[in-house]
Amino acid sequence: MPNDDKKRAAYRALQDRILNGEGRASPERRARAFGNAGLSPPLDGLLGKVVTRPTQVTDADFAAARAAGFSDDELFELVICAAVGQSSRQYDAGLAALADAVADERDG
Amino acid sequence: MRPEVLNRGYGPATKLLFGLIRLVSRHPVPDAAKLVFYRPDFYGTRAKEFTHEAMRGPSAWSVGDRELMAAYVSKVNQSAFCVGAHTATARQAYQDEPKVAAVLADLESAPVEDGLRATLRMLGQLTREGKVGADDMRRVLSAGVSRQQVQDALAVCAAFNVTGRLAEAFGFEVLSPEGFEAGAKYLLKRGYR
Repeated sequence: MPNDDKKRAAYRALQDRILNGEGRASPERRARAFGNAGLSPPLDGLLGKVVTRPTQVTDADFAAARAAGFSDDELFELVICAAVGQSSRQYDAGLAALADAVADERDG
Repeated sequence: MRPEVLNRGYGPATKLLFGLIRLVSRHPVPDAAKLVFYRPDFYGTRAKEFTHEAMRGPSAWSVGDRELMAAYVSKVNQSAFCVGAHTATARQAYQDEPKVAAVLADLESAPVEDGLRATLRMLGQLTREGKVGADDMRRVLSAGVSRQQVQDALAVCAAFNVTGRLAEAFGFEVLSPEGFEAGAKYLLKRGYR
């Protein structure tokens, strides 16, 4: 197996586990956290910051999610899903751009 | 760290291990290390495997180059914990403090090879804007970087786009300079597994 396939396979194993394995948050909610879409307040506030401006996450964001009934373990999982989701989109965008660049090289 | 369960939710064996680490290293256990011990079946086990593969697995990039990429991506993400940790690790790996400092201060004027500079520039754009185009990739390839090296660099970038977000969201405590140096020594000796 080429080096890169091993790296990507390890990434996919992580992604697959957090989305489809056993968890305290439902797979549906983990998928929404991963996709940063279809979340309602106050979860959308916390997880939206994890995706676009993680340095601005505050204790109050966690407190608001706790007050809405989410446990620490659910929030642990959902924050991870949001972070991995954004990273996956960037990783995929990079690999797609590389594939395009290499394909053009071959055609030209 | 937050939520609170990340400070207190560890079993007796893990607590004992943290105590041993404190004793041997004479530094607090970094929050990055604690996190991967919390319910490791959910995140830690596979995250360590991937990060180790990206940072220490076979690659034409040196360990120093990859640690520098980690520091650079973390700087774009403004993750103080990750910048501290991987700046220290890159410095120790290269045995070249001015080079690492120069890249983080101003990539364009830093004394590094064109291929590494072009790669860091592309990773910075991808991290900042979330996208990158075929033209950007062609510029990296024409600077002498192989397709495999670009793929390897994207794996490093992915690892630190996850870790940097978690560091900020979970509120990793920034270590003392001595704590970061001790952590860097460990990462160069043992890796991420």
